Amino acid sequence: MVMYVLRRLLTAIPTLFVVVTLAFFLIRIAPGGPFNQERGLSPEIRANIEAQFGLDDPLWLQYVNYLNNLAHGNFGPSYNLPDFTVGELFATGLPISVQLGAMALTLALLVGGMLGIVAALKQNRWEDYAVIATATAGSTIPTFVIAPIIQLVFGLIWNLLPIGGWNDGAWPNKVGPVLTLALPQIAIVARLMRGSMIEALRAHHIRTARALGLSDWSVIVKHALRGAVLPIVSYAGPAAAALLTGSVIVETIFAIPGVGRYFVEAALNRDYTLVMGTVVVIAIFTIVFNLIVDILYAVVDPRVRYD
Amino acid sequence: MAGPILSIEDLRVSFRTLDGTVEAVRGVDLHLDAGETVAIVGESGSGKSQTMMAAMQLLASNGVATGHVDYRGRNLLALDKQAMNEVRGRKISMIFQEPMTSLDPLYTIGNQLIEPIRRHQKLPHAQARAEALRLLTLVQIPDPARRMRSYPYELSGGQRQRVMIAMALANKPDILIADEPTTALDVTIQAQILALLAELQARLGMAIVFITHDLNIVRRLADRVYVMRHGEVVETATTEEMFTAPRHDYTRMLLAAEPEGHKPAPADDAPILLEGRDVTVSFEIGGGFLARKMELRAVDGVSLALRRGQTIGVVGESGSGKSTLGRALLRLLPSKGKVEFGSQDISGLDTAAMRPLRKRLQLVFQDPFGSLSPRMTVGQIISEGLRVHEPSLSHRERDRLAVEALGEVQLDPSTRNRYPHEFSGGQRQRIAIARAMILKPSVVVLDEPTSALDRSVQKQIVDLLRDLQEKHGLSYLFISHDLAVVRAMADYVVVMKSGKIVEEGETGRIFDRPAQDYTRALMAAAVDRERFGKAGS
Amino acid sequence: MTDAALDTVGAAEPRQGRSLWDDAWARLRANKAAMASLFFLAAMAIACIAGPWLVPHTYTTIYGDYVRTPPSLSAYPKADMVETALAEAVKRMRVDIKEWRQDGDRVFVTVESGREVDERNVRYLDRSDTFGDAKVESKSDDGRTMVLSASIKQQYFLLGTDNVGRDLLSRTLMAGRISLAIGLLAGVTAVVIGVIYGATAGFIGGRTDEVMMRIVDVLYSLPFIFFVIMLVVFFGRNFVLMFLAVGAVLWLDMARIVRGQALSIRRQEYIQAAEALGVTRSGILIRHVVPNLLGPVVIYMTLLVPQVIILESFLSFLGLGVQEPMTSWGVLISAGAKNIGSANWLLLFPAIFLVSTLLALNFVGDGLRDALDPRDR
Repeated sequence: MVMYVLRRLLTAIPTLFVVVTLAFFLIRIAPGGPFNQERGLSPEIRANIEAQFGLDDPLWLQYVNYLNNLAHGNFGPSYNLPDFTVGELFATGLPISVQLGAMALTLALLVGGMLGIVAALKQNRWEDYAVIATATAGSTIPTFVIAPIIQLVFGLIWNLLPIGGWNDGAWPNKVGPVLTLALPQIAIVARLMRGSMIEALRAHHIRTARALGLSDWSVIVKHALRGAVLPIVSYAGPAAAALLTGSVIVETIFAIPGVGRYFVEAALNRDYTLVMGTVVVIAIFTIVFNLIVDILYAVVDPRVRYD
Repeated sequence: MAGPILSIEDLRVSFRTLDGTVEAVRGVDLHLDAGETVAIVGESGSGKSQTMMAAMQLLASNGVATGHVDYRGRNLLALDKQAMNEVRGRKISMIFQEPMTSLDPLYTIGNQLIEPIRRHQKLPHAQARAEALRLLTLVQIPDPARRMRSYPYELSGGQRQRVMIAMALANKPDILIADEPTTALDVTIQAQILALLAELQARLGMAIVFITHDLNIVRRLADRVYVMRHGEVVETATTEEMFTAPRHDYTRMLLAAEPEGHKPAPADDAPILLEGRDVTVSFEIGGGFLARKMELRAVDGVSLALRRGQTIGVVGESGSGKSTLGRALLRLLPSKGKVEFGSQDISGLDTAAMRPLRKRLQLVFQDPFGSLSPRMTVGQIISEGLRVHEPSLSHRERDRLAVEALGEVQLDPSTRNRYPHEFSGGQRQRIAIARAMILKPSVVVLDEPTSALDRSVQKQIVDLLRDLQEKHGLSYLFISHDLAVVRAMADYVVVMKSGKIVEEGETGRIFDRPAQDYTRALMAAAVDRERFGKAGS
Repeated sequence: MTDAALDTVGAAEPRQGRSLWDDAWARLRANKAAMASLFFLAAMAIACIAGPWLVPHTYTTIYGDYVRTPPSLSAYPKADMVETALAEAVKRMRVDIKEWRQDGDRVFVTVESGREVDERNVRYLDRSDTFGDAKVESKSDDGRTMVLSASIKQQYFLLGTDNVGRDLLSRTLMAGRISLAIGLLAGVTAVVIGVIYGATAGFIGGRTDEVMMRIVDVLYSLPFIFFVIMLVVFFGRNFVLMFLAVGAVLWLDMARIVRGQALSIRRQEYIQAAEALGVTRSGILIRHVVPNLLGPVVIYMTLLVPQVIILESFLSFLGLGVQEPMTSWGVLISAGAKNIGSANWLLLFPAIFLVSTLLALNFVGDGLRDALDPRDR
């Protein structure tokens, strides 16, 4: 088991390295630089600013310096928001995105899981069709449609929730964003769970359990569910990483000061350090969650431990 | 005590499918007395399994059962789930055919064994554990204390079946239903499991319903027999009666379907067509980042010589390497050692160089469904070889040859525009044979060609193969684990185990006077199984 | 099926068999949701392709008078709007309205001014979106009073108009053309790239396969958004290259699926049987592999198209995709989202079009999967 975890960790580090390197060079290859868009800057002033940030150094030197800084936990200053370092930007924005993402994920796993199990147990009856219909709808309607509709219905028409804003994490402000994030995930998890439970219930060892007169609880939860959970676990890893690093759509529409928006704006403004910071953070989250998924897999399925 | 403990009256089972309602069981009557062994015999599709599944309320969700299944005064079909769960595992137990998948892979053996004990006997954990240990010893699992902590994947098929039996008998049921429990196991293991069941019955006194297609098992274990066909019981008798004086035509046909005949050896001067010398096939498994690779020798230094007109039977259990040997000789797998076809050394030939030779070296596979390309018509499948080896033929000529080939295997040529899934298993195997024969080969390797077929169909295929061999002067390499068929087909037998040849020789000698211990065990288990009977019979 | 040997009837006319495709088609036909969805998609495609020609507005025409008008089944201008429009038009003439009346579908207005009224002022009535065919009816002798008349142009804005005054119906249909076209084209691109890549990796196997899949894994671990933004940044806001970009991002999934299929087909016994017959590699590929690969590819493609459409809408929503005056459903929804509360129809109608199309595609995809899945046999 320990070897298994170690091996996973060791393959993760090169991946992180490759991702960081790719991102570093790709963003710099793109035409335009962080200060090109600024109007009213004379070429001399621009050259000065660039020198100040080390942008006139040869590329490989910039790369080495960046890695060096990174190893010390220094993400560098944001080029377009010069009052903040990238680190500070993340320190304020990340907890918000993580909160919302975590709540959405929990909701998705619990509600989606329950719905999927119910649908599988009542296959081809009305409960099943209801779940399938809802799940299809939930996974097809894009977030940028759900979000404004929630704003419209709950905010404007029924006046139950504020339309946007974070308001320091007040509960009513969280409902809209969390719902928008959670609904598609609930749909996907429900479908996955349904499919995988149906498969699991068809297995031979379930027939054995029934033939031995074991209770419904034992058959469904102890024997079928444990195996059925695996595809959900595999899905949850990348989904968690994506959810916790913030959604551009949700944060834009609901005006939430999370980190989701940073990336798009930074890329468009060629704010190199912010882009790199976002890439590194997302990559770390992805790697960490994939590792958690692998560990959970090994906990659930003993055959995997000696892989 | 008067009266049977289980009495089934007019049981009917049907399934709702996309293609309409399928009637699997059409009015079956049978009964079981305390302590006796009853066998239900039939081929695939006879409904024998579904009968007992229905009695246990284990049908799939689209299945419906009507009729009366009386167990000690109660109709099992009318019980609700709660009541049925009190009966299953405690009063009536069932074990199934697939030991490899019947245990939950995620829990230890101990955990799975303790569960039904605690469920039905309501014992505290420590006591249940002790009971589980006792049961493992009863079914002769070695080192039971360690095995309690093992996971199913660490056990072999035979051992898993023993654990299944332990779980089924944990609560001392009145009735054990055994649905083909040994079909998926190797021959030697089969014998052990059957012996175990006989012994346990003697000790615990339960009645057994034995569902099987294998008449040899019936002969040794059963007191009475029910013969089923197409969902109905066509004959019922004591075992004695059934074997000596069968009444129904179908029963007679089943009894007659045991392969018979023998093959005479070829002339001494018949030339050697295919020869392998010191053939070794090894695979690397495992490996990857930080893990070691292991070498697995599927075939280890085997030498073989096939003469014209000869049939060599290669026998062995699973993992013996017999199939791998066949493919290595045909150069479908890389191997070390020398392989000669005629006088030509084909050991080192690449794909392109082997191609023209393939016309004369053909292979028939075990799985008649898997070996036919599902989206090609039968005509196209059969004539595909001609496209490769006789490219000058026109489409019409190919078609004509396909018609001939279908005729040879006794299939209606007008069906050649149909697709494989529209045919039965036996018909598909004929198609596979036609595909090989159309090229007029000199050597045909047959890899378990009858193993996936019912006994009666097997007989037809065996007869067909024999006729073709005589007509065209073919030489066969007949690979099989089914000793009865090999005895009928081959004049020379090679026995393999773990990649090596254990013994070889003329068929008669190998079967009647085996020299090696392993061969003896094999023969005893498969052919001469009189030794393993019911205690007291 | 009995196994009894059938009499040979010479080379009789072969009876047609029912291929697996026939079976699949039959099962698809039986799936009502899928068939209904297919018809719906066909209808939607026809509407989006032919619709813009049939609707009396173009998607770029701006109606200054009709900014943010709600949808209506009856014609505009509504009775209460005529006066306002009239007043606006007259105001531009810098004259005053003395009186006006409506007679049928023509309106008659008497204007007066301190100075002589120029006859050419009549064109202000023409320029208005509400009126047309304006002419001078009569003029007073001193030229300071003039009676003008114009017919009221009946317009239908079935889905209302947007912030600038453009008809939403024609824009939505036009947007449909773009979204569906991108969906199809990018889908095909992703399929072609993915199939070639995945099949090659799956067939050649060994080292090549390992390397190719490693590349896919690394690309996969790049934050998805990163990849997309990078492509847009490189190719600019260029419609033609945009759909290539979208397709190029989504080929990864297709490649993985095709590789998986290729691996499993390779292991099938009928492939080994073909090898044993001596069939060439290309023969195996064409006759055995491709027909068996088609099923999963087709299924996945119908599930890919909605993903493409969503991705394109997502990019357009962020302002990165399709640019003005071109429009797509994503652009419309983006504008609509900013106007909830005051002009809900701007969000709702494009959203309904988008969501219903996606749902229909999903049902068709599910139906295809059920029809082609051999598991039920």
